[in-house]
Formats: sequence, C-alpha cells, structure tokens
Amino acid sequence: MIDPLVCLRGVSKVYERGRQRVEVLQRVDLDIPAGDFLALMGPSGSGKSTLLNMIAGLDAPTEGTLQVAGQRIERMSEAALARWRAANVGFVFQFYNLLPALSAQKNVELPLLLTRLSAARRRRHAAIALDLVGLADRASHKPSELSGGQQQRVAIARAIVSDPTLLVCDEPTGDLDRHSAEEVLLLLQRLNRDHGKTMIMVTHDPKAAEFAKRTLHLDKGVLIETAGAGAGAGR
Amino acid sequence: MVRSERWAPRLRQVGVLSLGLIAALLWIRYPLLLAVVGVPWLFWLLTTPSGRQTLAITWVGLATIPERLGATSVVVVGIAGVVGVLVAMQAMAAGFQATVTRAGNDHTAIVLRAGANAELSSAFERSAATLIAQAPGVRRDHRDLPIATADLVLVATVPRRSTGTDANLEVRGVGPMAWAVRPQVRLVEGRAFEPGRRELIVGRGALQQFSGLEPGEDLPMLNQGWRIVGVFESGDTHESEVWGDAETLAAAHRRNGFQSVVVALTEPAAIETLRAALAADPRLRVDVETTRDYYTKQSERLTAAIRIIGTGVAAIMALGAVFGALNTMYTAVSQRAREIATLRALGFTATPVVASVLLETMTLALAGGLLGAGVAWTLFHGFTVSTLGANFSQVVFQFQVTGELIARGLQWALIIGLFGGLLPALRAAALPVTVALRES
Amino acid sequence: MRYLPLLVAGLLRRKTRTALTLLSIAAAFALFGMLDAVRVAFTAPESLSGIDRLIVSSRLSLTQTLPQAYLARIASVPGVDQVAHADWFGGIYQDPKNFFPNIAVSPAAYLDLHPEYDLPPEQRQAFLTTRTGAIVGQALADRFGWQVGDRIPLQATLYPNKDGRDYWLFDLVGIYQVTEPQLRGVERQLLFRYDYFDEGRTLGQGTIGWFVVRVRDPDQADQVAQAIDRQFENSTYETTARSERDFQRSFARQIGDIGLIVTAIMAAVFFTLILLTGNTMGQSIRERIPELAVLKTIGFRNRLLLVLVVAESTLLLLIGGLLGLAMARVALPAIRAASSGQLDVVMAPQSWLTGLALMVAIGVIVGLPPALRAMRLRIVDALAGR
Repeated sequence: MIDPLVCLRGVSKVYERGRQRVEVLQRVDLDIPAGDFLALMGPSGSGKSTLLNMIAGLDAPTEGTLQVAGQRIERMSEAALARWRAANVGFVFQFYNLLPALSAQKNVELPLLLTRLSAARRRRHAAIALDLVGLADRASHKPSELSGGQQQRVAIARAIVSDPTLLVCDEPTGDLDRHSAEEVLLLLQRLNRDHGKTMIMVTHDPKAAEFAKRTLHLDKGVLIETAGAGAGAGR
Repeated sequence: MVRSERWAPRLRQVGVLSLGLIAALLWIRYPLLLAVVGVPWLFWLLTTPSGRQTLAITWVGLATIPERLGATSVVVVGIAGVVGVLVAMQAMAAGFQATVTRAGNDHTAIVLRAGANAELSSAFERSAATLIAQAPGVRRDHRDLPIATADLVLVATVPRRSTGTDANLEVRGVGPMAWAVRPQVRLVEGRAFEPGRRELIVGRGALQQFSGLEPGEDLPMLNQGWRIVGVFESGDTHESEVWGDAETLAAAHRRNGFQSVVVALTEPAAIETLRAALAADPRLRVDVETTRDYYTKQSERLTAAIRIIGTGVAAIMALGAVFGALNTMYTAVSQRAREIATLRALGFTATPVVASVLLETMTLALAGGLLGAGVAWTLFHGFTVSTLGANFSQVVFQFQVTGELIARGLQWALIIGLFGGLLPALRAAALPVTVALRES
Repeated sequence: MRYLPLLVAGLLRRKTRTALTLLSIAAAFALFGMLDAVRVAFTAPESLSGIDRLIVSSRLSLTQTLPQAYLARIASVPGVDQVAHADWFGGIYQDPKNFFPNIAVSPAAYLDLHPEYDLPPEQRQAFLTTRTGAIVGQALADRFGWQVGDRIPLQATLYPNKDGRDYWLFDLVGIYQVTEPQLRGVERQLLFRYDYFDEGRTLGQGTIGWFVVRVRDPDQADQVAQAIDRQFENSTYETTARSERDFQRSFARQIGDIGLIVTAIMAAVFFTLILLTGNTMGQSIRERIPELAVLKTIGFRNRLLLVLVVAESTLLLLIGGLLGLAMARVALPAIRAASSGQLDVVMAPQSWLTGLALMVAIGVIVGLPPALRAMRLRIVDALAGR
C-alpha cells in the first residue's frame, strides 16, 4: 500500500504562556490519503487551526512526527519550509488575503514568482487558473472591485496555480454569504473530484462540511472521527 | 533557556544596528564603497530568484504608497529637510571659499608687515614698499619696471541695498601696476579712475550689495565725494571692493604708507628668493606668502565654521528623521502584517521580505534626498549674500550647489533610510505568520 | 487632572511609536534651543545695563581713528555725563585660534561707565596705578587658567611695540565678573591702559578708536547723540554716535543675517515636525476609534473627547520638547568646552518661553484634526468598525 499523503504520528503542541501550559493538541494520529477531501470541525480553541497550520508547514509540533508528501517537515529549517510550501501547498484563507495593490491576475501570479517560469509563462498559467475558477473576465480587477465570493475564487486560483499536491483551506466560507459560500464549496469539490487535489478544510459550518468526503471533529486537542466518506453522514 | 530566547532577537537587533553603523561610517569615509556594495546588490536583485522576489514584493509595497501618503511623506519630507539644510549650508561654505581663494594663485606674492594677519592690520612706510617692489624674484615688464602694486586698504561705512543698514565696504587704493598684477580684474562698464582725481571704480558684487555705488554717483568719505566712474568684474573677492588710485586716496586720508605690496613672481619658485632677500634686509620686518596661501588662510576659519555648524544642525535633524522613518516603517510593516504573512505562507523566504522593506525605505529616502537637494538648488544656487571677511569688510559671494554636494546629500539620505528601515525590516521578518494570517 | 491616567494610557498604548515620536520632537527642540541661543546672542543682549551709554565712532568706519582732542569737545556737549575712550588692539595670545577682544581703555572712566563689571576694589586700585596692568573677565581667565599676578604676552598685529619686540607684555592685576547671564560676552575680553598703549606704539599716537559716553538722562540719548554728531559735522573726521545696543546690533548684522538663516532652518525643522507628529497622532486616533466610541457610549461628551485628544498631543509635545530643551541646555556648555570657548552662547529665559509656546501651539495644531474626527464619530459606525 502507498503511504498516505499526510501522515501524523503522536503530534502534540504545547504553548507556554508565562507559568501556564496550554496543551492545544494531544498525541494526534492522522492519515490523509491522496485525493481525500477532509473537513476539520470543532469549537473555537479546539486546536483545528493549529493542526492545519502544522500540516501546511507554518507551525512546528512540540512532539511527534509529521510527514507530508513524502517529506518529514517537523524539523525543517525556516527557509527549507518556505521552499517546501511553495512547491507542495496551496492556501485558501478566511479573509482571502489578496494583496490589495495588485490586480487579480497579478495576485494569482504571486506564487509563480518563486518558480523559474518566464514572465510570459507565468501570465499564461495564471490565466488558466483564473479561467478554472470562472473569473477570466475579471483578471485586471483589483480585489476591492470584486465581491467576497469572487475574491475567494481568486484566492483559490492563486492556491492552485503552482499545481500543489495539497490544498489547505482555513474557514474558506467563514466570511461569505450562503450563495457565494456554496459557489466556493462547489468549486473546491470540483477541484477535488476532477483534478485530484487533496483538500483539508477547517470549518465550523456543518453545511460546508457536507461538501467534504469525510469529517473529523477536534475537541480539546483530541481527534474524534464521527463520519466516514460521503456527504451528510451523521445527521 | 527561555531567557536566552527572549534576548536573542534583541541581541540580533543590536548586532545588525552596529553593523549598520559601521557600514555607514565606512561609507561616509569612503563614498566609493557604494559602488563596491551597490553593484553586486543590483546584480543580486536582477538575476537571482530571491532578488526577483524582493523586487516583486517591493513593488507591491511601493504600489500601496498612494494609500498611505501621509505616513510616507514623513519619510520623504523629513529627509528632504535634512538634505536641504545640509546642502544649503555646505553650498554657502563652498561659495565663500571659492570666492576668496580664487583671488589667490602661485604666480603672485603678498607682502605684509610681520605679525599682521590680514591686510588691514598691516602697515608699511612708503620707503619699505619701494624696497619690496625692487627685490629679486619680482617679475619686470618690458620697460624693466617691477610688476608690483602697493595697496592702501580702507574701510568705508555704506548702507546696504537690501536692508538699508550700514555695512563695511572695502576701499582699495592701488598702484599703476595693479592691472598687471591682477589680470583677472577687467572693466565692464565706464572707464578706469584717473590718478589725482577723486574717482573710484566699483566691483560688481559691491555694486549689488551696497546702495549709492552706481556709476555717476558719489561715495562720501571724510567729507569729500568720490565719483564712481566704472564697474569691474574679477570673479573673486576683489569684486566686493571699490578701487581707486592709492596715492590720491592716501593723500585724502592723510596716510603716509600702505597696507600690502602684491608682486608678480618671475616663477612660482621665486617666492623663496623673494622671502630670503626681504628677510636679509634689516630695514624690513615683513611676512611673505603666495596669494594662494594668503587667501586660502583667509577663507579657512569661516568656511570651517559654516561647515561644522551646518553638519551639526543636519546631524541633529537627521536623528529626528531617522526616528520619523522608523515610526513610519514600523507602522507600514504592522499595517501590512497580513500581506507579509500571506507571502510567507505562499513560500516567500524571510530574505526578500527584509530586503524589500529596506529597499522601500531607501527608495523613499532617495526621493526625499532628491527633493531636498532640488529645493536647495532652486532656492539657493547662485543666491548672493555677504559677510564680514578678513579685512573687516563685506565679502560678497554666491551659494554654490555643486554636484558633489548633492551627491553628499543623497549619501546622507540613503544612510538615514538604511537606519530607518533596518529595524522595521527585521520586525517584518520576525512577524508570527500564523497569527497575522487570521487577522481581519 | 482626573483624566491624566487616560492620557497616559493613550501615550503608552504603542510604546515604540510614542518613544520614537518623543525622540524626534526632542531632536527638533534641542535644535531650536541651540539655534535660538545663537540668535539671541547675535541680536544683542536684552539688558537694562548700558541703556544710558552711547558709542561715538568715525562716520567713515570703525577702523578710522578719531583725534584725542574730541574727548573734551564731547564732554562739553549738554547732556553728556562722562566720557571714556577705547582702542582695538587686535593682539593674539599664542595662536590666532585663541581670539578674544583686547582693548586699550582710559582706565578710570571706562570702569566708571561700566558698573556691571564687578571688580574687587583693591584690584581696581591696582589697575589704576599699574601702567602695564590689565584686567580680564572671569570666563577668559578660566579659559586660559590665568590668575592675578600672571604676565600675559600678546602678539601685536596692528601695533608693533616701540621696543622692537613683536609682542606686548601685560601684568594681570584684576579679574572681573558680570552677574547678568546674557552679558557673559563681556567676560571674554582683556582691558588694558591707554597710556601704556599710546606710549608703546609706533603709529597712530594721539588717536582714539571710539568713545563711550554716558548721558545724564537715557530718554534724551537720541538728542545727545545728534548733538555730538552735529559738533563734528563738515570736519575731516565726522562721527556717528549711537546707543550701545544699536552699535552691537549693527556689528552683528555685518556678519550676516543670522536671524534669517536660523529662521529658515527652524521653519524646515518645524514643518517636518508638524507633519511627523500630526501623522502619528492621526494614526493613533484612527486605531483607537472603537475605544473612543466606547467612551462616547459611556457618556463622554464630544467637547471632552476633543479636549482629551488635543491634551494628549500637547502632552506629547511638552514632554518631548522639554526633553529637547534640556538636552540643548546640557549640550551648550559641552559645545563651549569643545570649541575652546569660541561658541559660547547660553539659553535665555525667553528661549524657554518661546519653546513652551511652540510646544503648545504645535500640540494643538497636530491634535485638532484627529480630535475633530473623534468628536464627529457616530457611535454605531465606530463600534461596528466602519
């Protein structure tokens, strides 16, 4: 059997605030096979964002091992992690985090600056990605000229433009109305189904979780699996 | 362990600051260092991936400037103020120095009474002046007459054109050979004074600064009117004077001697011959110097004073500007925390982030420097002023904003930018990515 | 006072920013303190001593001497109380860099006319009886470590000594002090006796550099000055009589328009300062809009909010400005020491007052725009972060 794409063993995270020890994650084991679409749910402070950040290589565990895309990342240096993120991970944030000064096209091109692609090819790749999210006609617009849903779709285009293996979404619909949220979720689902992107999505909205293949719950730093593959389970 | 972690960033800041300070000092000392450091840096920017990343991020930063115009103008205007004051004060010193020293050269020598530190404090008997002119080493013309002039230096109180307040005007009585000793002096209007008549010619600078010196007007001295009959130019400190015939002026002022003898030398080396000959003569007690040395010395003290004061004032202003730039850049970094965190999440490393903050500050600093130098140039280049010179009278000169001074100003601007950007750049690199990402 | 903790909390909210702003304000006011001291020094000291004195010099120029016979003629002009005279000697002590004024005076009359020179009676007596005697100010004595009894050689520049040496020797018989700080300048001169000077010089005997005249009634000073000048009208040596203050002013003005240069620099400095602190204040208020909204919700009135914000910026200016002026106060003696006494200016009380006025004015100017904005806040919008 092939190794899962993401493989966590005994991962713990402890923050020290003065005298106080806060254990955010306790010995979490988790496998995510390639092609999965996983929804992570849990109340605020349950550690779901910490877990997501660790899988994405933004944060390091206090204990345990973390293997993503065949590489052990828990002890990588800052610079090596940055390179690794550029190659393997695409990000979608709750507040989109587009650079307000750049057009949609330029925003999508950003991750390609880290590659050796020529300017012309960067432009072409970005155009393809924008087309994929259905915003080819908005390429020259600044983020402030787009609706929330459109901005999030630009962010998704930015996340997939460098063709990463793993897509990490932190509350991607948290700041959107229901209609836009559904558009975004359908897009993510399509990317998972048609393009084989592995997805991890943190959300506290059960409706959003329904679009995932499976859902995991985190509570006080402990993982509880409640549903198997398939939408709507557990209701 | 915990303690060392807390102190590590501080230590790093102190380390980077000291490195920056050393770099700045080296740079002030050796301006060419910019090329040594700057060229590889440019190469790095344009060719390496991190360099390209830096440029891209810097561009994003610069593109947001219109949105934070107020804050960035603090950097630009603050540095413009420093550079403006620095360049203006140095231009004043440069102008004064150039005007005074230009009057001197190696081909003429000035003879003063021993111990006198300027013409005005010197005095000779008529006989001494003759002895000096006849000494060996003095060039002679085709009639075998020594090319030398015994000058009488007087001071007259004349109202200034701009303010109407009294100021001292240097009145120089010259001998018939004065034109040959100082060939740079040429009449541009009217005619020369005639010996035996109460006539004067006025230097272009004196004409501009003082009222009542137009050709045809009379300058009153000791209850007698002296008619201005011509205007001369020389491009040096003599332009601040009025000239008349030494004998006529001496008679009117009941003087029986002169202040200085200026002679043309047969060759620059002949100064030694002349000095030795005059020292050997028991009837004379004089000091001999080339006019270059004399006028250089006359300009030194005031020039140095203006330079030191100008630099001191600019240095204090520069401190203020550094604090202003620090403030602005810290704010810019914290305002753009989310942007920077996003870039870091996308895989940008710390180096381009640090480099881009520095580059942005330096770009703003350069803009400020150019603005300041430009303002100094438009306002002050060629601006005519006067001050009290060595002969207790006004020396008229113009501010000179030279390319070298502008380059010096820009150098200051970049150093201020370096210090203003260094710490905020480090802060940008140290921003906690995961926190900043989630801020709305 | 009750709101002081609120103001302090506002300033401490972003410590780095407040500290940096304070430091740049301090730099600006340190510069102001020093430059204003220079300006005051050049525009002649504001002092009551000497308002009854006139200086009479040649109309042609200060370098032109006057006949000694004028002494009696000036003394006979109605309204003139007493006349002293003085000559610029221009001697150098060791090195031209050590410049200080050294003046040959008519000893008794000169001291009578300058009661602000505080000279012990026995030293005064010694000066009046020692032909080669000289007195110096305390500041000058401190600079070269001179003590009464020292012999001071001055190299002659204008007046060679009859005895063939190129220096003159003086016996230091007294050291005087001046109590008023703005008159410190006169503590940096050396005075010696005219009779010694006139007998020793090889040229110009029997001539006088300038006369110092005391008038009976200071209100009549102008008329007396005109009367003196009329005395010598149309003679070969015409005179200019003017008040001592005018004389000093015209002298300073010859060096250049110091006031203009200083004002130009200060304008550049303060323009930048207003921009800088104005921007900082605006920023700090913008960031605190939700907090201000809370204060409004609790029931703070608009007027009070306005006052609070303006008070905060003024407080910032006052702390930074006073820090800067204090630094200038400390730096000036250091500069005097470093320049071996060449640059000797002190901060006058008026500089402190002007500085304080500037601090308050700038504080209000930079505080007002954000204060008005805070005042016009609509609570609902502000709380919602709009």
